[in-house]
Amino acid sequence: MKMASGRRRRLSFLLHALLAALALLWMIPVFWLLLSSFRAEPGAYTPYLWPKGFTLDNYARLFTDTRLFNFPRWFGNTLLVAVCSCLITTVLTLMVAYVYSRLRFKSRRALMNASLVLGMFPGFMSMIAIYHFLKAVGLDQTLLALILVYSGGAALNYHIAKGFFDTIPKALDEAATLDGASKSVIFWRIILPNARPIVVNTAINAFIAPWCDFIFVSVIMKDNYDNYTVAKGLYTMVDKANIYDWYTAFCAAAVLIAVPIVLLFIRLQSFYVSGVTSGSVKG
Amino acid sequence: MQKAKRCLLRRLREADASARLSCAVMGLGCLRHGQVAKGLLYLAAEGLFIAYMACFGGRYLAKFGTLGDTAQARVWSEELQIYQRIPGDNSMLILLYSVLSIALCVLFVVIWRMNLLSACRACERARAGEKQPSLLVEARALLDERFHVTLLSAPMVSLLLFTVLPIVFMVLIAFTNFDADHQPPGSLFTWTGMTNVTDVFLGNAVKTRTFFGIFGWTMVWAVLATFTNYIFGLLLAVVINNKLVKAKKTWRTLFIIPVAIPQFVSLLLISRALEPSGAINVALMELGWIDAPLPFLLDERLARMAVVVINMWIGIPYTMMTFSGVLMNIPSELYESAEMDGAGPVRRFFSITLPYMVFVTTPQTITTFVANINNFNVIYLLTAGGPFSLDYYQAGKTDLLVTWLYKLTVDHHDYALASTIGIFIFMLVSVCSLAVYNRSRAVRKEDMFQ
Repeated sequence: MKMASGRRRRLSFLLHALLAALALLWMIPVFWLLLSSFRAEPGAYTPYLWPKGFTLDNYARLFTDTRLFNFPRWFGNTLLVAVCSCLITTVLTLMVAYVYSRLRFKSRRALMNASLVLGMFPGFMSMIAIYHFLKAVGLDQTLLALILVYSGGAALNYHIAKGFFDTIPKALDEAATLDGASKSVIFWRIILPNARPIVVNTAINAFIAPWCDFIFVSVIMKDNYDNYTVAKGLYTMVDKANIYDWYTAFCAAAVLIAVPIVLLFIRLQSFYVSGVTSGSVKG
Repeated sequence: MQKAKRCLLRRLREADASARLSCAVMGLGCLRHGQVAKGLLYLAAEGLFIAYMACFGGRYLAKFGTLGDTAQARVWSEELQIYQRIPGDNSMLILLYSVLSIALCVLFVVIWRMNLLSACRACERARAGEKQPSLLVEARALLDERFHVTLLSAPMVSLLLFTVLPIVFMVLIAFTNFDADHQPPGSLFTWTGMTNVTDVFLGNAVKTRTFFGIFGWTMVWAVLATFTNYIFGLLLAVVINNKLVKAKKTWRTLFIIPVAIPQFVSLLLISRALEPSGAINVALMELGWIDAPLPFLLDERLARMAVVVINMWIGIPYTMMTFSGVLMNIPSELYESAEMDGAGPVRRFFSITLPYMVFVTTPQTITTFVANINNFNVIYLLTAGGPFSLDYYQAGKTDLLVTWLYKLTVDHHDYALASTIGIFIFMLVSVCSLAVYNRSRAVRKEDMFQ
């Protein structure tokens, strides 16, 4: 072993060099985004790579020039939708996961199989029906509709949380039952406090979703610019008519929303490494 | 189920008249035996249902068979000197409310059955001389032995409204001619049986060509995307997990940052960079590698290569992340004994790491494969399905089935065709998922590596 230490050092150097090169490759679009967000010259396409001048105007413009693209308002909309749907989704998901993990009743198997089947339909297929349904009850083009749509599928995404609940020892429940606790008390006082990681994980996932979706927003909001979320708003910033004027502002806005989301995602990472895999193996 | 029903019938025959009368007047059995609140609730449910059907649902259900016959008309009014709209039927609303009404009917039958059960139980309790539990006592059971009902009711209602009913609606749409030429209320659509299915699979030359072209590419794409991500994601995970590599967590985070950025930002940025005057062409020309810009998004083969490569950029960090955990679980004794037997790192990778990973991650890989069949974001944001092709029906050369479905619905209002494709995707996905299911059961049983 010791004789090979020279070789080991060389190998270690090679591995680190390889990783550094790859990481650089992966980070290029991120640098490009940052660079464009500070670029002084307008336009999406420049015949050179390094900007001729730098400015903070792109960021300032998002908050001052709100006639066409009302970024602060979209940001508020998204925050509101994200917080509400995060609360609803987390509560619903955890309830469903707990039921399937801990309670035994006649239709349990059937319900789980039905959820499995429903999850296989492509989500886009039903969005037109959802739109007309919302229109029929007078909710189209409202933020409430978005909240409902984002939290409506919560009952199908219970797998990871259920996998986690399955690992909490049953002995805890049994001891509590002997002490006279009802199922409801067990859920609120015993299972949930023990399931902090999965609560956080579910909540972060639910919180991130509205920031990334631009499809349901397009279908539900149509041309109601005031109720757009940032994703849909940013998407319209770079269509053919606006891209020249707004490309650099788009990059600035993208940086503003990407930073918190990236931070949240990194927070998720450690859970992801262990949680996702153990969930999938257990099925 | 069969057994329970027979049981209910027999119990009903043995019960008193009030229980049997509950078939017609709900809640009567409960009222007769002193469960007033419960009985009134049942009675109210029946009243509400009848009122709904009489005032609203019935009208739509009656037209369910034809989906309406008189379209909204515009008639010239001499008196006012304008065209007046005469309201007609609206096939879309008829179908929508019919589906809703049918769902309510099913719900009503369930409640009706519950009502009979409670009536029988109340009667049996009265005969045995037991005390009838009050509504409050029964409600308390909802927090304990019937806690699942409480917890599931809210999620199930939202599931029903936002997933089940829309899916039923869209499946029905597949058997109509709801397309751009049949947009209610101006013009109605109606049932056309299997026309859409035969159009897609054999009848209509353009649609069949488009479907099979896109289906073929979808499968090629799904295989390529899954395979490249699997291999390179695994290699990256192995490299980062190597004992010699320091600051593993920092490396992982570095790869995670780019993919944590919302895809509509990163992918839109890349798609603009791929355009003829975009950054990638500028960079390549400044390096002197090419003289004229490459048409990344305009040439079929280049566009397909581009989406696969960019998808690696998105997918490899995810694969790396999920595989890292699995890699750490490989028992280190396996490696130690292999090392003692003189196996080099390459040999160890192929005879321990790879077989273990293939075994453990197969279910997850099939899930990824399914996700790639439906990988909307990468295709739609990068190429929007382009380059557009005249051979195809409203589609381009990099379109997947799911992006085609999206375009048909949102851009072209061709709902019937879109629904047919949606059902096909469902069948495709369920076959793959069935494989996962069986496979993961096998993994649970065998425990080969543990």
